[in-house]
Amino acid sequence: MRISCPFCGERDRREFYYRGAAVDLERPLPGAGADVWDAFVYLRENPAGETRELWYHEGGCGAWIVVTRNTVTHEILRTEHASEARS
Amino acid sequence: MVNLIAKSPCHGILPITIGSVTLSEEDVGVIHSVSPYKGQKKALSVAMKSAYGMAYPAANRSAGKAGARIVWFGHAQAMLMGPEPNRELSELAAVVDQTDAWAVVRLEGPAVEDVLARLVPVDLRSTSFKRGHTARTLLFHMSASVTRVGEKAFQIMVFRSMAHTLVHDLKRAMEGVASRS
Repeated sequence: MRISCPFCGERDRREFYYRGAAVDLERPLPGAGADVWDAFVYLRENPAGETRELWYHEGGCGAWIVVTRNTVTHEILRTEHASEARS
Repeated sequence: MVNLIAKSPCHGILPITIGSVTLSEEDVGVIHSVSPYKGQKKALSVAMKSAYGMAYPAANRSAGKAGARIVWFGHAQAMLMGPEPNRELSELAAVVDQTDAWAVVRLEGPAVEDVLARLVPVDLRSTSFKRGHTARTLLFHMSASVTRVGEKAFQIMVFRSMAHTLVHDLKRAMEGVASRS
């Protein structure tokens, strides 16, 4: 698998560390309530298809990257710097 | 009064030559990381250009020569190697002394690309990685900075604590390439 870092270009998967679904970018407010926090901490989609994930370019420039990929075809559709994906 | 003796990261283990490739330690002088403050990148670039003749580098690029070099090091970070940063620089960017934190070596020789091809998962051949190009990538299992500084010469930087591992891994790759030539 190859992932395109927005800064470094296309790199081998071994340079990246996998964080998980990109929910960390939408962290709820402290007072959002138990249900919202329960969903944020524990409940994850498990889609057969397009998914948004956070990857860390650990063996490279150190950027956090939002990777949109298809879990069925393994196709990588989009990569963007996490701070830009958030704003 | 104790007399302290400064030791370089690869003291006592370099230089070595195996086959056509030589690995030696680089004394680059002081090293500072330069991280531009928000919205100051352009002003910083202008200030650096007038002070050192080198602009702030684009991603995957370096500038300068032995003694005064600037190397892109990641998002909003570059390493200034050689010159002492002036006051103006620290008004436009976070400037942090990194001199003792990095081991810097030079790998040089006709088969240098073959040696690095055994360790680095990036195409470093001159067709795609020219003089002045730089990459943050892996060298075997280590996070490294690799810069082409000459036609057959690369500058490699790893954390100082990894200096002996770096030399060991490069030496093994150099031996492998030499034994097949």
